[in-house]
Amino acid sequence: MAGNWALSRRRGALVQRGAIFDRVRSFFKEKGYLEVETPFRIPAPAPEAQIDAIPSAGWFLQTSPELCMKRLLSAGYDSIFQICRCWREGERGVRHLSEFTMLEWYRAGADYLDLMKETEALVQAAAAAPRVTYRGLSVELDSPWERITVAEAFCRYADTTPEKALAEGSFDQIMVELIEPRLGLSRPTFIYDYPACCGALARLKAGDPTLAERFELYIGGLEIANAFSELTDPGEQRSRFEAEARERASLGKSPYPVPEKFLSALASMPQAAGIALGLDRLVMVLLDAGSIDDVVAFTPEEL
Amino acid sequence: MYTAADLRKGLKIAIDNEPYIITFFDFAKPGKGQALYRTKLKNMITGSTLDRTYRSGETFEPANLEDRKMQYLYKEDDHYCFMDNDTFEQIHINEVSLGDAKNYLIDNLAVDVLIFRDKAIGVDVPNFVNLRVTQTDPWVKGDTSGSDSKPATLETGYVLRVPPFIEEGELVTIDTRTGEYSTRVKG
Repeated sequence: MAGNWALSRRRGALVQRGAIFDRVRSFFKEKGYLEVETPFRIPAPAPEAQIDAIPSAGWFLQTSPELCMKRLLSAGYDSIFQICRCWREGERGVRHLSEFTMLEWYRAGADYLDLMKETEALVQAAAAAPRVTYRGLSVELDSPWERITVAEAFCRYADTTPEKALAEGSFDQIMVELIEPRLGLSRPTFIYDYPACCGALARLKAGDPTLAERFELYIGGLEIANAFSELTDPGEQRSRFEAEARERASLGKSPYPVPEKFLSALASMPQAAGIALGLDRLVMVLLDAGSIDDVVAFTPEEL
Repeated sequence: MYTAADLRKGLKIAIDNEPYIITFFDFAKPGKGQALYRTKLKNMITGSTLDRTYRSGETFEPANLEDRKMQYLYKEDDHYCFMDNDTFEQIHINEVSLGDAKNYLIDNLAVDVLIFRDKAIGVDVPNFVNLRVTQTDPWVKGDTSGSDSKPATLETGYVLRVPPFIEEGELVTIDTRTGEYSTRVKG
């Protein structure tokens, strides 16, 4: 028993994690979503500049199930969800595991504003409580949640604009150090309307092409989910992928093959919105866990 | 040479030719954004601290330190005394310079004393150290409170969480890299 203490002491967390997963699945099944599984090992991940896939025998471990799920949308599967493992090279810390559990769901006919409402309902169902206590904060979960645009957040918390921060190369650092710690402290917060360049697979905002219809959800300062109104124009998507590939090359990163089958399928994809939610992170918040290590059976260091 | 991906608590790097130890480390990355490696660094000579955020691709030189095998002898006021086993030379290091290492110093423990420009500025202790539990509350058999750990005080005065079955007087192994209980020493 002594040698397994690290494992046995997580029993409470693992039991609660299982119950949360059950409630998440019930939520989607009651709403008529189809649970799908797509391959973990794929030939061509989405070429995003800052997300690195782990090579696997000539292919790659998925960084997200996004491309395969959108091919399902294109084939007429109009409400789908998936709970799966994803891998991102080099991501490890108290909030990161390089192998982690993602919940993604997609709905034809919806946009990112619809998904905000659905995300509220999902987290409320997963929590099965009116509020959570996380890191000493009491966060009320009843609707409506706070909403703040990226521009408002940069103005309020960093006294600058997203455009200036991007030009100076400080956008991510301002997000991490000045903005994220202020989001979702009393109610969960959606931060939305990102600069157009910050959403390689997102649709541009109707009436303002400088912005992407993208949001992220924060609870207690922790990033939980990222969502878009999905881009459905194959030509535009190809040129965005090319821009990301150029940025990867400029950072000295290896190129990925172009996901041609995804680009072909995009032509028949309906208007839709999709979201990726880090389930380990949601469990952290619901269990008041200080580290992602506390909510999984094994960390890579324990293997 | 280290890269940003090697950064972690306890790593010693050179900045402007002076040795610094990382006392806090946090990996941060907005989902679609760049990885940021946030650190607090302590200058191992002056004790002054810095906050620095690094990015992927940055590289670091290891702190240029010489290490000498010595053993811990005793504590006097806020100084700790160590002896070189070959030359019998004794040196003193103050408590602040020792940092977390002071939690693991028991008589005769073999350590690496870190030397910078002929001055002792810290010690490296072994990754695992066995220490005796001097105080912990007894575990009530059949306790169903669900509590999976309890506080314990070790012979060095260090307090940490241990499993409920650990009793006073037992020897336990501590992982000095994390400061956490690792296992019980049998017999």
